[in-house]
Amino acid sequence: MAFPHRPDAPELPDFSMLKRLARDQLIYLLEQLPGKKDLFIEADLMSPLDRIANVSILKQHEVDKLYKVENKPALSSSEQLCFLVRPRIKNMRYIANLVNADKLAGRTRKYKVIFSPQKFYACEMVLEEEGIYGDVSCDEWAFSLLPLDVDLLSMELPEFFRDYFLEGDQRWINTVAQALHLLSTLYGSFPNCYGIGRCAKMSYELWRKLEEEEDGETKGRRPEIGHIFLLDRDMDFVTALCSQVVYEGLVDDTFRIKCGSVDFGPEVTSSDKSLKVLLNAEDKVFNEIRNEHFSNVFGFLSQKARNLQAQYDRRRGMDIKQMKNFVSQELKGLKQEHRLLSLHIGACESIMKKKTKQDFQELIKTEHALLEGFNIRESTSYIEEHIDRQVSPIESLRLMCLLSITENAELPSLQSYGPEHLLTFSNLRRAGLLTEQAPGDTLTAVESKVSKLVTDKAAGKITDAFSSLAKRSNFRAISKKLNLIPRVDGEYDLKVPRDMAYVFSGAYVPLSCRIIEQVLERRSWQGLDEVVRLLNCSEFAFTDMTKDDRASSESLRLILVVFLGGCTFSEISALRFLGREKGYRFIFLTTAVTNSARLMEAMSEVKA
Amino acid sequence: MDCYTANWNPLGDSAFYRKYELYSMDWDLKEELRDCLVAAAPYGGPIALLRNPWRKEKAASVRPVLDIYSASGMPLASLLWKSGPVVSLGWSAEEELLCVQEDGAVLVYGLHGDFRRHFSMGNEVLQNRVLDARIFHTEFGSGVAILTGAHRFTLSANVGDLKLRRMPEVPGLQSAPSCWTTLCQDRVAHILLAVGPDLYLLDHAACSAVTPPGLAPGVSSFLQMAVSFTYRHLALFTDTGYIWMGTASLKEKLCEFNCNIRAPPKQMVWCSRPRSKERAVVVAWERRLMVVGDAPESIQFVLDEDSYLVPELDGVRIFSRSTHEFLHEVPAASEEIFKIASMAPGALLLEAQKEYEKESQKADEYLREIQELGQLTQAVQQCIEAAGHEHQPDMQKSLLRAASFGKCFLDRFPPDSFVCMCQDLRVLNAVRDYHIGIPLTYSQYKQLTIQVLLDRLVLRRLYPLAIQICEYLRLPEVQGVSRILAHWACYKVQQKDVSDEDVARAINQKLGDTPGVSYSDIAARAYGCGRTELAIKLLEYEPRSGEQVPLLLKMKRSKLALSKAIESGDTDLVFTVLLHLKNELNRGDFFMTLRNQPMALSLYRQFCKHQELETLKDLYNQDDNHQELGSFHIRASYATEERIEGRVAALQTAADAFYKAKNEFAAKATEDQMRLLRLQRRLEDELGGQFLDLSLHDTVTTLILGGHNKRAEQLARDFRIPDKRLWWLKLTALADLEDWEELEKFSKSKKSPIGYLPFVEICMKQHNKYEAKKYASRVGPEQKVKALLLVGDVAQAADVAIEHRNEAELSLVLSHCTGATDGATADKIQRARAQAQKK
Repeated sequence: MAFPHRPDAPELPDFSMLKRLARDQLIYLLEQLPGKKDLFIEADLMSPLDRIANVSILKQHEVDKLYKVENKPALSSSEQLCFLVRPRIKNMRYIANLVNADKLAGRTRKYKVIFSPQKFYACEMVLEEEGIYGDVSCDEWAFSLLPLDVDLLSMELPEFFRDYFLEGDQRWINTVAQALHLLSTLYGSFPNCYGIGRCAKMSYELWRKLEEEEDGETKGRRPEIGHIFLLDRDMDFVTALCSQVVYEGLVDDTFRIKCGSVDFGPEVTSSDKSLKVLLNAEDKVFNEIRNEHFSNVFGFLSQKARNLQAQYDRRRGMDIKQMKNFVSQELKGLKQEHRLLSLHIGACESIMKKKTKQDFQELIKTEHALLEGFNIRESTSYIEEHIDRQVSPIESLRLMCLLSITENAELPSLQSYGPEHLLTFSNLRRAGLLTEQAPGDTLTAVESKVSKLVTDKAAGKITDAFSSLAKRSNFRAISKKLNLIPRVDGEYDLKVPRDMAYVFSGAYVPLSCRIIEQVLERRSWQGLDEVVRLLNCSEFAFTDMTKDDRASSESLRLILVVFLGGCTFSEISALRFLGREKGYRFIFLTTAVTNSARLMEAMSEVKA
Repeated sequence: MDCYTANWNPLGDSAFYRKYELYSMDWDLKEELRDCLVAAAPYGGPIALLRNPWRKEKAASVRPVLDIYSASGMPLASLLWKSGPVVSLGWSAEEELLCVQEDGAVLVYGLHGDFRRHFSMGNEVLQNRVLDARIFHTEFGSGVAILTGAHRFTLSANVGDLKLRRMPEVPGLQSAPSCWTTLCQDRVAHILLAVGPDLYLLDHAACSAVTPPGLAPGVSSFLQMAVSFTYRHLALFTDTGYIWMGTASLKEKLCEFNCNIRAPPKQMVWCSRPRSKERAVVVAWERRLMVVGDAPESIQFVLDEDSYLVPELDGVRIFSRSTHEFLHEVPAASEEIFKIASMAPGALLLEAQKEYEKESQKADEYLREIQELGQLTQAVQQCIEAAGHEHQPDMQKSLLRAASFGKCFLDRFPPDSFVCMCQDLRVLNAVRDYHIGIPLTYSQYKQLTIQVLLDRLVLRRLYPLAIQICEYLRLPEVQGVSRILAHWACYKVQQKDVSDEDVARAINQKLGDTPGVSYSDIAARAYGCGRTELAIKLLEYEPRSGEQVPLLLKMKRSKLALSKAIESGDTDLVFTVLLHLKNELNRGDFFMTLRNQPMALSLYRQFCKHQELETLKDLYNQDDNHQELGSFHIRASYATEERIEGRVAALQTAADAFYKAKNEFAAKATEDQMRLLRLQRRLEDELGGQFLDLSLHDTVTTLILGGHNKRAEQLARDFRIPDKRLWWLKLTALADLEDWEELEKFSKSKKSPIGYLPFVEICMKQHNKYEAKKYASRVGPEQKVKALLLVGDVAQAADVAIEHRNEAELSLVLSHCTGATDGATADKIQRARAQAQKK
């Protein structure tokens, strides 16, 4: 329903090729170890692997048993062990323990470690330190791009966010550059490149270097995708911190979409077992509601249910022949649709139930107040109450971060959650998710709260100590400059959205999406200097005129947006909307699909 | 044309052999060749002469001289031999000169007399001295075979990958064999030796006696043996002047010949052409050269001078002090065309073309003749092929002209064979030039391939010619021009008299960004020559950091390597350098280096977090990073420390660090945590149960749930839990206990700072409507409606809302009205609304 694509919208490139490539490479690697073998898979890789090669394909290539890499001794009896892991030191230790145990027991087996998407020198070094480097053979499975949907590619690297934005570890940048290089080899190089952020710039430069080294072959290709836009997550945390109200985002917030599929529990399926459902454009029902504001979804679903019933009812007046036709051709489709419909209705109900329990309206209201910058005192006390009630630490952290970025204020409350969160706070601060109050700013209720917790003197010192090293957020100024809070005359009609703000009930245009819109409109950063300065990021733009000339007008309306550090479904929905308005088609490449809870969890220190 | 076949000598009925001059030698030799040790490389390779070798022992003061010449006699190098006595010289397949010394050491020299390396043939050889040595070529490379003074053989099949093999003993061998040679069969090198009338074959396992089939009787000793270029055939010369020719496997005899000369020949080599059925052996004595084959008569030449034979793939090169000649079997195509009175299509075509040039109509007649037989294609092919085998450009040209002429009368003749031949001949003529001196024949050239020929030109430092050839043949840059330029650059860096700047600039000017040139290889070469500064300058031009870094590390420029690695953005590369630095520098310097490189520092920190926690602490200490140090100890307090004392101590350290970092807030929080830990410990001791590791909030809750209200309140006071939070906490805990009495008491203890709506909420959560109603009445006016709705009293809620005249509240109540039961209430609200609007 809602908005079909404009008739002139460009066709999307076929990304299933990426899956085939990854599968072929994996099979090749498995065949390198001929004979029966047991495969140990890291938990994080299971879902992505499932999208590439299912168990029967693995069995075809003589994988005998499958194990999960976890901190338990493995009881495999196979003579050949193959490990499929992310390049992490923890995994290396696991493998080393296993191999060394075998050695002690006088057992010799063949071991093969397949790193995905690439191996790191540090891993090999750990293997060496553990004295098993000679016993294992190492390989790389360069599987860095998983097409989750027709327009969504994910690198499935959630740790990218923490590694880069918190620890300053740049090792994944190379992986990003490799992935971009792969895309430009397969789909032609991109005539127009834009980006913002340090990581974006480094990735871009590394990618350029790769292209230069491998000259010739791609140059002749007509570019299929006209623009590429890279951006760092840390230039817009606000959008990612907001509660999502678009259906797909809500499903993600509520049930957690993992690798493009979701586990609907018994409360959704209305049976006694849970069901794993793939959520993508192939699910007809889902495809129509995924980008809708949640308030419309229920109405749409019931309309759909009525239509379905009407189609079922048609068979009443049928003769035998028509009936036969109906059964053979339509019934299956209808049944399928029926099944999906009931699932999504179930999901909606479940979401409603959960949300009303937590007083969702209040929460959204507070968030909007924070975004717009009024009623700060009320919002602050709402957050305080939230903490006092001990609803959920992650939620509280999220609200505090939101408050802090939008208002430049902070609300420490460690007592409630334990000492390890002292580290969490320091992490949030380092990543720029919590900003410090600059001295001289108006004293908010929050700060008086601080002084109640410690002595007044100390409170002043806290702000002093941090203001030097912390990033100050300029959200308010940016918001004004880019007009992120739409002026509402009367009610915002969520059924017929006017702008991208609909993904947040008309209250806020996602900053990241607005920037993309502005740059694409100008085809450069011209006139956005002030915004860039406020964002405190470096930007870049590059247009290759020779390629630009060769690119068809169709490809020039295809835009690849690369989110380094993750993007949310709300942002995806917003850009899909923008695409429909302007006749673009957006393709999304993200290091992982994220949401506010995942951001917070990535920053949290947990007791081991 | 009659005279053209003047130098053709028939051998038997079917084959002709011809000998023509390649060069007149330029070398101005003073000695006779017989006074020198001579080695000439195949494929028109260079010639090495060692004058006055030791064995002459005329005067100790006269040191031998080693000279290297091109095949045309151009001097390439000359050096005074200062090492031990040399037994044998030979060229490897890479055109390196191998000099086998008496003590078994093998010295390897380059084409220009540059010493490359040396290796030894083992202890056994050293002890027994070298009696004789041969250098031979196999598909693996070049090998060395040695006969020691103890009459044992040692060989290595590939000098590039030296593996010495000592061959088994020949039983009862008392004296040196009369002659011996290396054979190569089934990719294994064997040795065939003759002792008196017996022949023995040595492989690495055993020694077996062999007899050639059909050997004429009466042989009492073998004087000479020769194996063909491809190791397929063997020839034996006996003391009766009898020559046996057969396969090298000694399974089959091909032919035999009796020359009736009993003097031992100086040299005997095979002269055959690939894919030809003819077999012939060239035997040389002092003044006589004889070609013998499967024919009753032999071809005889008189040698004016002392000569030396070099076996080639398709013939024999013969050089003496004054000339350099080539002897080979006339190839089939040439024979067809030039044989007297030949009516072969090629011959007719050549004739036709000549007549055509004379503008005679005979041309047409000849042409017609060929066409009638339908042999024009064959004629053209013959001419092209024959052109390839001609040495003289004039003859090549006339044959090619004939081919081109014939082509005009053909519809669809693929042009490539003609074009390729023209190109190949042009290349061949260029390298055959006197100044270059590589007399390759067409067959040799094809066998050698253009790549190897280019390598050989590069080896001779003939860079311009090599580049011209590449450009002429339009070879891809990576294989051709840039490869040669890279070699040139490697040579250039060895010119010690030129300054670093000039060399670097010259190289960059020539090479620019030519694809396929690796600046790091050139830099490595420069470093190899001890020119580190030049190497660094050259590395600047290297676009791939991955290539720069390892060399920089090797040159001990680790810090430069680190910044290069960081520039590259490749974290693995950075890590490699880091570990290198860690071992190279002392800890303090290492940390200082890290301090200036934030990217490397964070990378190393990440690694330490997993692998070396202690190092991590040292890192923070070094930087006076008290904030992180504090965090580190906090983590230690719950992750690594087990005992409570240890944990408190860790927290104390953390607190101190936070104070140093001027982070009083964190310090205070840490101290609170210490207090809490101690307190929890006491609680556990006194009350039992689990308190450790609970947050303050949970501790208080647990206390209330356990009925220790006093303690809970004390704790809340001690830690200054804000009132609001405490109320929430108590409320939740008491409701969980369903201690409604205590809850009521609590609610009345003083005025609630959080109001009474939460009471209602919590009671309803526990499904206690009765209790909830109690509190609903106490809820303040602004939240009253909500509270009443919560307990389900819609009617009263409506009343309150109407009283408040609050539109929002009214609609809230309305939304809670369910059709059947609350109909009246709904009406009431509607009425109130209408009323309000009227006003």
